[in-house]
Amino acid sequence: MPFIPHTEQDVEQMLSAIGVDSIDDLFDEIPEDLRCGELEKIPAGMNEMEVTRLLRERAAQDGLPLCFLGAGAYEHHIPAAVWEITTRGEFYSAYTPYQAEASQGTLQLLYEYQSMMASLMAMDVSNASLYDGASALAEAVLMAVRANKKSKSRKILMPLTVNPVYRSVTEAIVKNQNIELVDVPYNAETGQTDLEALTQFVDEGFAALVIPQPNFFGVLENVDALTTWAAANKMLSIGVVNPMAMALLKPPGEWADTGVDIVCGEGQPLGVPLASGGPYFGFMCCKQQHVRQMPGRIIGRTTDLEGQQGFTLTLQAREQHIRRSKATSNICTNQGLLVTAATIYMSLLGPQGLKKVALNSHKNTQLLRQRLMSIKGVKSVFNAPIFHECVVQLDTDVKQLINTLAREHHILAGFEVSAHYPELGNALMVCATETRTENDIEQFATKLDTLLNG
Amino acid sequence: MLIFEQSHHGRAANAQLPQDNGALASLPADALRASKPNLPEVSEMQVVRHFTRLSQKNFSIDTHFYPLGSCTMKYNPRACNTLASLPEFSGRHPLGPSLHGQGFLSCMYELQGILKEVTGMQAVSLSPAAGAQGEFAGVAMIKAYHDERKDTARCEILVPDAAHGTNPASAVMCGYKVREIPTGKNGDVDIEALKDAIGPQTAGIMLTNPSTLGVFDRKIKDIADIVHEAGGLLYYDGANLNAILGKVRPGDMGFDVIHMNLHKTFSTPHGGGGPGAGPVGVSKRLKPYLPVPIVGKKGGQYELLDENDYPNTIGRMSAFAGNAGVLLRAYIYAKMLGREGMSRVAEFATLNANYLLKRLMEVGYDAAYPERRATHEFILTLKKQAKELDVTAMDVAKRLLDYDFHAPTTYFPLLIPECLLIEPTETEAKETLDGFIDTMALILREAKTDGSLLKEAPYTLPVRRLDDVKAVKQLDVVWNKRESK
Repeated sequence: MPFIPHTEQDVEQMLSAIGVDSIDDLFDEIPEDLRCGELEKIPAGMNEMEVTRLLRERAAQDGLPLCFLGAGAYEHHIPAAVWEITTRGEFYSAYTPYQAEASQGTLQLLYEYQSMMASLMAMDVSNASLYDGASALAEAVLMAVRANKKSKSRKILMPLTVNPVYRSVTEAIVKNQNIELVDVPYNAETGQTDLEALTQFVDEGFAALVIPQPNFFGVLENVDALTTWAAANKMLSIGVVNPMAMALLKPPGEWADTGVDIVCGEGQPLGVPLASGGPYFGFMCCKQQHVRQMPGRIIGRTTDLEGQQGFTLTLQAREQHIRRSKATSNICTNQGLLVTAATIYMSLLGPQGLKKVALNSHKNTQLLRQRLMSIKGVKSVFNAPIFHECVVQLDTDVKQLINTLAREHHILAGFEVSAHYPELGNALMVCATETRTENDIEQFATKLDTLLNG
Repeated sequence: MLIFEQSHHGRAANAQLPQDNGALASLPADALRASKPNLPEVSEMQVVRHFTRLSQKNFSIDTHFYPLGSCTMKYNPRACNTLASLPEFSGRHPLGPSLHGQGFLSCMYELQGILKEVTGMQAVSLSPAAGAQGEFAGVAMIKAYHDERKDTARCEILVPDAAHGTNPASAVMCGYKVREIPTGKNGDVDIEALKDAIGPQTAGIMLTNPSTLGVFDRKIKDIADIVHEAGGLLYYDGANLNAILGKVRPGDMGFDVIHMNLHKTFSTPHGGGGPGAGPVGVSKRLKPYLPVPIVGKKGGQYELLDENDYPNTIGRMSAFAGNAGVLLRAYIYAKMLGREGMSRVAEFATLNANYLLKRLMEVGYDAAYPERRATHEFILTLKKQAKELDVTAMDVAKRLLDYDFHAPTTYFPLLIPECLLIEPTETEAKETLDGFIDTMALILREAKTDGSLLKEAPYTLPVRRLDDVKAVKQLDVVWNKRESK
C-alpha cells in the first residue's frame, strides 16, 4: 500500500478500539446507493522505479530547445543553492504559518521577502505574494477600486501595451463585479502608450490607470508622465513591472514626484524555473496608506512574552478566514514556496548581481536585435528604447517560421505578436537573457537568415 | 538575526555573478534607477547557512505530526518533486510550441481523465491556481450558465455556516450576495432552513461534504433535489475529498461543479502557504464555460485548447496554464496510487481519524458530534474545560507544540466553541497517533493540576507566545525601508 504504514495487526487493534468489524463499517453513514464501485478508468498503480521510467520517457519527448522566447516568462540562471534549500522538507512540507511559534522560519523568510520586494520597488509595503502576475493585476484593479474612495468610479484605464493575457485574466476576474476596463491605444511608431490619446479620458472619471514597465513589447513607457497624469486626474496608478528590470530601471516608487499607488507583477524571473508556466508567484507592493486594502497574507514583526523579536501573520482582519464575505479577496493559499526561492535568489544575487543580470539580459537582446536586423527581410517595429525584449517584423508568416525553427533546429524563435496585435502584421517578439551566448545568437540568426533568404 | 543584518558592503556571492557588465548606451538616463535596492550583500555560504537555519525553525510534515484539520497534511512523496523537476520539465517555456511539450501535455491530459473518473464529473480544467481560484471559477461558471439562459434574477448563493471562509468570499467576487444556512444539531445542513431560504433568487449552493464539521451529510441527495428543483446549481468544495476518494463521487451526489485541492488530496507540497492547484470539474451543462486552457488531443497530438475551442469560457485564471509543476506532482502521485490506492486513501484516513477520536474521548475530551462517525477528520470542543479550568483550545494547541506536535486547526469552524479540528491523514502510523493521544491526555492532566502552565505555553520553541495586537497596532512589515536611498 503506497504511503500507508499500517500493518494488519495495527488495523485489527484500531478497529477493535473503535468497536467496528471492518474499515467499511466506518463508511456506514454514506447512503449505500451513492457509493461508487471500482474506478475502472484509472490505471493500476506503479512503483517509484516504474513511474521514474515513465516520466523520464515523457520528459525526453519535450527536449531542451534553445530559447529566445519571453512574453512574460524568462529563462534566467538559477543558482543551485536556491532550490536545494527551498525543497528542504522544513520549507517544502510546512503549511501557512497559522501557529507562529512553530513557523518562525517561514515567517521570518516572508518578512525578509517583503522587505526585499518593497525596496526593489521603492514602495512602502509588500504582501507575501499572490498566484501569478496576471491574477496579481486583477487583484490590484479590485484594490484600486476599493482604495480610490474619492472617485467612486468602477472604470480602469488599461493600456493595450499591457500583456494581453494579463488584460484577459483581469477581465475574467473583475467583470462580475461590474468593473470596466477601458483600452488606451499605443503610438504605432514608439510602441508606447499614447499620451495624447489619454486626453479624451480626462472628464470621464476612472479609479486607476495601469502603467506597464517595460510594456508587453519590451518598450519603456514614459512612466513619469503617465504617473503624473494619473495623479492630476484623481486616479490611482498601478504599475505592472518585471522585477528583474527594476534592478536597473527607475522603480515604481520613484516614478514622477509621487511614485505609484500600487505595483504588481510576475515574480518568476527571480529564481523560479519556466516549468510550463507555473507555479510562479505574483507580487504586490503599495503605499502605506493603502495597506489595509491589500489582498493576501502579510507578515509583521512583533515581540513575544519575553520581549524578543518574532514574526506573525498580521492584518488578518482583511482576510477571508476572518471576514468571510467582506474580505478584501478570496485568496487563501498563496505561493509561499516560490517566494522562498525568490528570497534566496535575491539574497544570493544581491543588489550588484541583480543589476548585472538585468544588464547582461539587456545587452544580449541588443546584440540579438542588431544581428537580426542585419538579415534581409527583418525590420525594426518600434523606435522607443527597450529592455531585454523587442519586436521585429519579418516578410514571412511568423507562425510557420516559429514552427519550422522549433521542429528542425530546436530553437524557440520568439512570440507571435500578431496573435494579439493583428495590426502589427508578421511581427515576432524575441528575448535573450543573460543565459544566451554570442554563439547562441549567431546560431539563431544564421538559421533565420537561411529560412528567409535561402 | 535578519539576512540584512549580516550584510557587508562590497561582499557578494561571486560565483553567481554574470561575467560581463554589459553596456548601457541604449537606455536613456532618466529611465535608470538612481537608488540602490536594499538587498543583502552576503556570501553564498552565508545565504545557505541563514536559510538552512531558518528552515530549522519550522514544523513540517517531514519533521512533525501535523494534524491540521481541513488541510490534509499527508506525506509528500519525494519522487513527485524529483521527477517534476527533470530538466526538460522545469526548463519548458509555457509558450513553446506543443511539439516541444508532448511529454508534459500527455501527463496533463491523463491527469484530467483521472480527476474526471475519481470525481464522477464530465469534464475538467486544470487551470485554477488554488482552491479559492477554483471556487471563483466554479461560481463564475454558475453565473455564466444562468446569464446565458437570461435567468438573471438569481443573485444569491447559499453557503452553510460551517463553510470555509473562501466560499462566501469567492461568491462575492463573482458579484453574488451570500445567504448563510444554519447547521442542524446533528451536524447535517438544516433542511427546513434550506427550504425557507431557497427561491427564484437562488443561483446555487456551495457545499463541502464531508463538511468542515467532520461528518458526511447524509441528506445530500435531498439537498441536491431541493436546489435543482428551485433552478439552482450545486457547487462542491473539494477541500475534504480525501475522506471519500474512491468511495463516493461528487458527480454521483448530484453536484454540478467542483474544485479539488490537489495540495491536499493529491499530496503536492503545501510549501509554507502554497502553491496549490485547484482544478475544476463540471457536469455536462457547465462544460462550455470551463476556464481555459484545457488540454485536448487532436490527430494524435496533445495541445492546449483555448477561447477558439471554448467560445463560452469564463476566461483565463492565470497568465499561462495554471500551476503546471503542481499538476505534474499530482499526476505522479496519482500514477503511484493507481485505482486501488485511491480508495485506500479514504479508508485509512478514516480509520486513523475514527481511532484518534475514540481514544481521545476515552482520555477525557468531548467530541462536537459524539453520535456521528468521524470522516477523515473530527472536532473536539473544549467548552467544558474553558468553563471549568479556564483552559482554552488555543492553550492546548500551544502546549502541543512543546511536545513536538503541530497543533490541529483551532477556532474553525466558527460555530463550534473552543474547537480543535483534527485530521491525522492516512500516512501516519498507529504509534504516532498513540503518542499524540498520550500527550493530549498529559495536557489534560496539566490543565487540571496547573492550568497556568498551559496559559503561557509554548516554552521550548524559538519564540514564546507573540503579541499579535502589537503586530497590528505598530505595523512593521518591512525592514528599514529605503535606508540606502
